[in-house]
Amino acid sequence: MRNKRALFAVPYVGWMALFVLAPIVMVVIYAFSAASGGFTLDNFARMGTYAVVFARSFKLALIATAVCLLVGYPVAYMISREGPRFQRIAMMLVMLPMWMNFLLRTYSWMSILENTGLLNRFFSAVGLIGLVNRLCGTDLAYFPMINTQGAVVLGMVYNYLPFMILPIYSVIEKLDGSLLEAARDLGANSARVFLRVILPLSLPGVLSGVTMVFVPSVSTFAISKLLGGSNELLLGDLIEQQFLGTAYNPYLGSAIALVMMVIVVVCMAVMNRFGEGEEQAVML
Amino acid sequence: MKRHGRTLNRLLMALVFLFLYAPIFVLIVFSFNDSSSRTVWQGFTLRWYVELVQDRQIMSALSATLLVSLLSTVIATAAGTMAAVGFFSMKKRWRRPLLTVNSIPMTNADIVTGVSLCLLFVAFFAGWETFAQSVNAAQGLIRLPTRLHMGFGTLLIAHITFNIPYVILNVLPKLRQMDKNLVDAAQDLGCTWMQAFWKVVLPEIKPGIVSGALIAFTMSVDDFVISYFTAGSATSTLAMVVYGMTKRRISPKINAISSLLFVTVLALLVIVNVREARQEKQMAQRRL
Amino acid sequence: MVLTLCLTGCGGGGGKRVVNVCGWGENIDEDLIRQFEEETGIHVNYQTAESNETMYSLIKQGGADYDVIVPSDYMIAQMISEGLLEKLDYSNIPNFDLIDSQYKNLSYDPQNEYTVPYTWGTLGIIYNSTMVDEEITSWSALFDPKYAGQVGMIGNPRDAVGAALLYLGYSVNTTSEDEIRQAYQLIADAKANGIYQGFFMDQLYDKMEAGETAICAYYAGDFLSMHDNNPDLRYVVPDEGSNWFVDAMCVLAGAEHKAEAEEWINFICRTESCLANMDFIWYASPNQEALASYPAYYEENNGEALDPELYQIMAAPADVLERCEVYQNLPAGTLALYSELWVELGIE
Repeated sequence: MRNKRALFAVPYVGWMALFVLAPIVMVVIYAFSAASGGFTLDNFARMGTYAVVFARSFKLALIATAVCLLVGYPVAYMISREGPRFQRIAMMLVMLPMWMNFLLRTYSWMSILENTGLLNRFFSAVGLIGLVNRLCGTDLAYFPMINTQGAVVLGMVYNYLPFMILPIYSVIEKLDGSLLEAARDLGANSARVFLRVILPLSLPGVLSGVTMVFVPSVSTFAISKLLGGSNELLLGDLIEQQFLGTAYNPYLGSAIALVMMVIVVVCMAVMNRFGEGEEQAVML
Repeated sequence: MKRHGRTLNRLLMALVFLFLYAPIFVLIVFSFNDSSSRTVWQGFTLRWYVELVQDRQIMSALSATLLVSLLSTVIATAAGTMAAVGFFSMKKRWRRPLLTVNSIPMTNADIVTGVSLCLLFVAFFAGWETFAQSVNAAQGLIRLPTRLHMGFGTLLIAHITFNIPYVILNVLPKLRQMDKNLVDAAQDLGCTWMQAFWKVVLPEIKPGIVSGALIAFTMSVDDFVISYFTAGSATSTLAMVVYGMTKRRISPKINAISSLLFVTVLALLVIVNVREARQEKQMAQRRL
Repeated sequence: MVLTLCLTGCGGGGGKRVVNVCGWGENIDEDLIRQFEEETGIHVNYQTAESNETMYSLIKQGGADYDVIVPSDYMIAQMISEGLLEKLDYSNIPNFDLIDSQYKNLSYDPQNEYTVPYTWGTLGIIYNSTMVDEEITSWSALFDPKYAGQVGMIGNPRDAVGAALLYLGYSVNTTSEDEIRQAYQLIADAKANGIYQGFFMDQLYDKMEAGETAICAYYAGDFLSMHDNNPDLRYVVPDEGSNWFVDAMCVLAGAEHKAEAEEWINFICRTESCLANMDFIWYASPNQEALASYPAYYEENNGEALDPELYQIMAAPADVLERCEVYQNLPAGTLALYSELWVELGIE
């Protein structure tokens, strides 16, 4: 019975083989080829010089994911505690910003964070900058926010926060209320109910959210260009330079992309294993 | 204590929403700016909206975007849900590697997906050309077109390919959460598996399907790199047009069209919500 | 599969004449497209690319089936050397005679077999006269610690390294590794000393206009757009010299609609088309008639006279052009060096 239903996935598996695996095979072939044709490991040998970029990208992506989790989980939880009408409206409001073009939103953050941007103009108008100058003995005309790593993380968080809120909300919302009641009846206080019942049960949603935030954060490129001023290269920029840069080198680009993919897939495989283990515990 | 907690909750949520909407607000305001600047306000005007309607490139890009995104979302949602059910019912031995492959379009950088799909299509077209030429030479009944181009079809395929993983990623947790006994109970009461699926499973996973579809649609509308490499020379999506404008300056016409799109979607969602709320009220009243 | 075939579109047949053009965004007066379609009945698919490299990448993969493309000089040279362009039949482009001879037979297309110039301009320094006390005349402004935190370096390796090379007195087309490394070191040191806010391209429009950035290096036509929104801005082609560039129309090798492509190119070369384009994008046209009569055209259309200084920036006079070089296509090894250094800059 079970196995028959598994056949539902067959058409998609076929589609994946053609449009997901085949291109990956091409990427792998390119990663191991040289411009003059033939097998080479040269592309991978150069990975060492890019270790800094890898580390930086993963670090920023991790920070962005952590921030999204810290902000997104409570928000998702709070929304699920409100009435059904509020929940519907809230979910709608969470997704709506994604409807503005990604580039446009990032440009918009530029105009907010710039030295002559909206935030700084507001701060100077209310005297905040003067206050800080007096307190810290500095001589700032504005708070430098743009063209920093912080701005890049902000950009990532902004663009991917809804992807954290949605899956977590969707899982928490369907939690069986009687489980929570039972826990309280057995004497657990709110904190314990949360830690021992809600948190573990919401893990599948958390894992989805983390995936959908971490992965694009690692490979994003427009954000570091616009909000980071291209001062520090991230993985996405590096790959973009190989495909769309001065020295067109799709072979090196494929190699970098392959390494990035492998690292991410390993992380996700670990996460999936962790997720499935939890599922087993609950299903008992 | 609880009341304080409640207001604190609401305050935090309000802050988060403010954060989410601040740039949008700025964008909409500057779509009325009487200059092409993004930061310096020089007066109110509606001229960008007027110019927008006359801009053929943007208008045709808009219709292409809506068409490809709607189609790819519908197809991806249906296929993705089906695939998720299939994956859920599989043995773990099969499921895990397949899920890993499924996540590849998401783990891969946009640009790599775009380029590799482009290479795939180009290789396919080259192969097709030789095939069609030999078929045409061999017989005179059916004339196959020899030279294929990338176009709407390849664009659609690319969008479906990167949309489905999002749907699956949203439906699978809901399937895992679902009480298996419900399906057994339904079957004990006489349903076939198909009926049990439609009447029991589907409503249970509906939130996952809906959120998956929404995310897929949004990703599709927003994508520019993959579209650039797979759309061919005759089709442009809105995001591609915006990306292309970054050579000079993004015209406020784009602000205008984005604002319009945004307001339209907002209005649609409001209408849907109001209708649903009204329906629920009617049902509640009927019960009384 | 069948669905795919139907949707991808078949080659040949159909009856309706079509031409596929790819240029920069906001780089053509839309009315021209409509006018062309009405006059010739050829439908125009106008697509945009974000940079020369983006366009090149798509073409190299084989994924672009454009007929006409409008890249910049150095990219054209590269494409010619790789056989990506088709030779033009200039008998189909009579308006080519309107193009001034100083824009023909340039280093990127010495026998002028592949291209027809579209626009040209210079690279120079743009600065905000309210934020900078003195008049700027040298590339040193981009490397001067006294402007720390106020300079936006150009985010394009050839232009950035080119500026440094010119400051050091070398040619922008040098292939000497030593000279290029010196230039690169200059930029890296400046970055380490906090002189640059960042490496920008189109963000400069808004940054210069809003007074966020005081000094930058960018192109003449773009300066004129910025000047519209902020009259405090000034443009200068430095004493050490600079780069002047040409964007030219060419046809891709194996293009399906070559005849239509040549008709399009011919139409664009017309004086009326060039005048309309200049008015829209602020870049100088290589059509001598159009360039000479532009001030009168501007006065007619806008009711006020064109500031002669602005006109000189748009259509740089001979003495300015004399100290400018055109980019040549560099050998693969040099390009790889540029790319490697540029990445190093970002890794810091």
